[in-house]
Amino acid sequence: MSLSLRLRHSFGSAGLDLSFEAPPGLTVLFGASGAGKTSVVRAVAGLLRPDEGRIALDERVLFDSGQGVDLRPHRRRVGYVFQEPRLFPHLSVRGNLGYGRRFARAGKSQDFDRITDMLGLAPLLSRRPGALSGGEQQRVAIGRALLSDPQILLADEPLSALDTARKDEILPWLERLRDEAGLPILYVSHSVQEVARLATTVIELEAGRITRMGPAVEVFSDPGFTPSGTREAGALITARIRSHHADGLSELDAGGAALFLPRLAQPEGTELRLRLPASDVILSRRRPEGLSALNIVAGRVVSIREGHGPGALVAVETRAGQILARLTQRSVSALELAEGVECHAILKTLSIAPGNVGSG
Amino acid sequence: MDWLGPEEWQAVRLSLRVAFWAMLASLPPGVLCAYALARWRFPGRQLLNLLVHLPLVLPPVVTGYLLLITLGRRAPLGSFLEGLGITFAFHWTGAALAAAIMGFPLLVRAIRLSLEAVDPKLEEAAATLGAPPVWRFLTVTLPLILPGLLAGAVLSFAKAMGEFGATITFVSNIPGETRTLPSAIYAFLQVPGGEASALRLVALSVILAMSALALSELLAHRIARRVRGA
Repeated sequence: MSLSLRLRHSFGSAGLDLSFEAPPGLTVLFGASGAGKTSVVRAVAGLLRPDEGRIALDERVLFDSGQGVDLRPHRRRVGYVFQEPRLFPHLSVRGNLGYGRRFARAGKSQDFDRITDMLGLAPLLSRRPGALSGGEQQRVAIGRALLSDPQILLADEPLSALDTARKDEILPWLERLRDEAGLPILYVSHSVQEVARLATTVIELEAGRITRMGPAVEVFSDPGFTPSGTREAGALITARIRSHHADGLSELDAGGAALFLPRLAQPEGTELRLRLPASDVILSRRRPEGLSALNIVAGRVVSIREGHGPGALVAVETRAGQILARLTQRSVSALELAEGVECHAILKTLSIAPGNVGSG
Repeated sequence: MDWLGPEEWQAVRLSLRVAFWAMLASLPPGVLCAYALARWRFPGRQLLNLLVHLPLVLPPVVTGYLLLITLGRRAPLGSFLEGLGITFAFHWTGAALAAAIMGFPLLVRAIRLSLEAVDPKLEEAAATLGAPPVWRFLTVTLPLILPGLLAGAVLSFAKAMGEFGATITFVSNIPGETRTLPSAIYAFLQVPGGEASALRLVALSVILAMSALALSELLAHRIARRVRGA
């Protein structure tokens, strides 16, 4: 199931004008607040009627201004997880979870156990929403949306109202959802961390228009992708845990390159995603020796992008994937870096923070 | 209830019946008006608001007279309805109608206030879960406004028990048919030696009004606690 969307809408001075296809997996709508992310999601749910456009899930048309199709929200079969949980305060957790099931297609009764199990909701079933923590409430909201048997899941910054601890509690559930639920997810976020960890596809919005779109790994290794300034730029690479060593380190295999991280909790063989902030990558023309850094990969410069200031973003193709390094323009000329030049990227081990490590 | 004479007892029973039906019959239109005023934007919204509140500010005798000239036996609408078997003029149903109209602003106000406290985002969430509009109202909105609905219903009931001006103008003061508690008190005060009966009914009115209020407070408190959930 994939979503195709084309819409145009104006809100006084601002406006939306975009079209995209969201393939299966988790598609993140990314951008600063006010970019129009929420409006896109509300249009998919039928809570906002665009001036013009077409929204379809595979062959099923939800909205088509040309043909006068505009399905009411309750007929669209979209699951919507809002920024705030919006649980029904007068119903128990079980009542909330069951609310949408009345309208779901029949023959899905085994889903209740599977989804409550996947989201860890079984111990909460008889409680009232008011007696749950923020993280628990949002998990119930996710379960409630899934149990309405949707054809697509919409999530509008579901973690933004939560503190870091609660976010870390929910992120793994979202990853399981992406990997196990098998339905497309359209996810709104302005957090690079969340995008890096969750996205299969990234769509970047700015003032109602798409500025960048593509598979997450590609978008993140594009030197032009510098959300909220160069400081946040960084590549995304995938790696597999090869073994856990006795000295407290875990060895990972990223496309044949060996990387070391402080002992990870996941078992050997787990696929992980690593985010490498560009400011924590050092480049060297020769293979460095006598250096304390453990993670060094060889590669070749594919592009150099100079900003307005003294900095430059250098993209290096390695066996592990494309890596971004933030250097000064002075260093770029001192090292005589240019497209095609061979070099070594030194990744500062400790900079790979646990929050940036996700499976998928 | 030996301390009440048969005439007094008749007035009490009639008042309870009139107030009960006035309250019950005004609930559905009351909820609809409150919902329209709280949630919908439509032309004529201010006019509806004005009409709903009019009985609150009009002299009751004016309201009663307006009812008389629209629904009286000789009025076109009144005679049309009478042809259908619906009689209001000089009938206890007319007393209930007058009482319902006089209590309507209080009912709508109470429901509207509690509706405005219900987050429309919850109805939106219910819509995305597949619930059609009427079901959303019955399963999300209605349970959440129940305390306000109950408070409004009790106010409407109490108002109906005490309504005098519009009732006596519209349906007169016929013993056993339209002589409600206030009309009976008034009538007793008009005849020599009627003070004792009037006083007994006054005492009863006070007791009924106070217990209705206490009951509604208790129920509203219980429901509010259950709805908020903890």
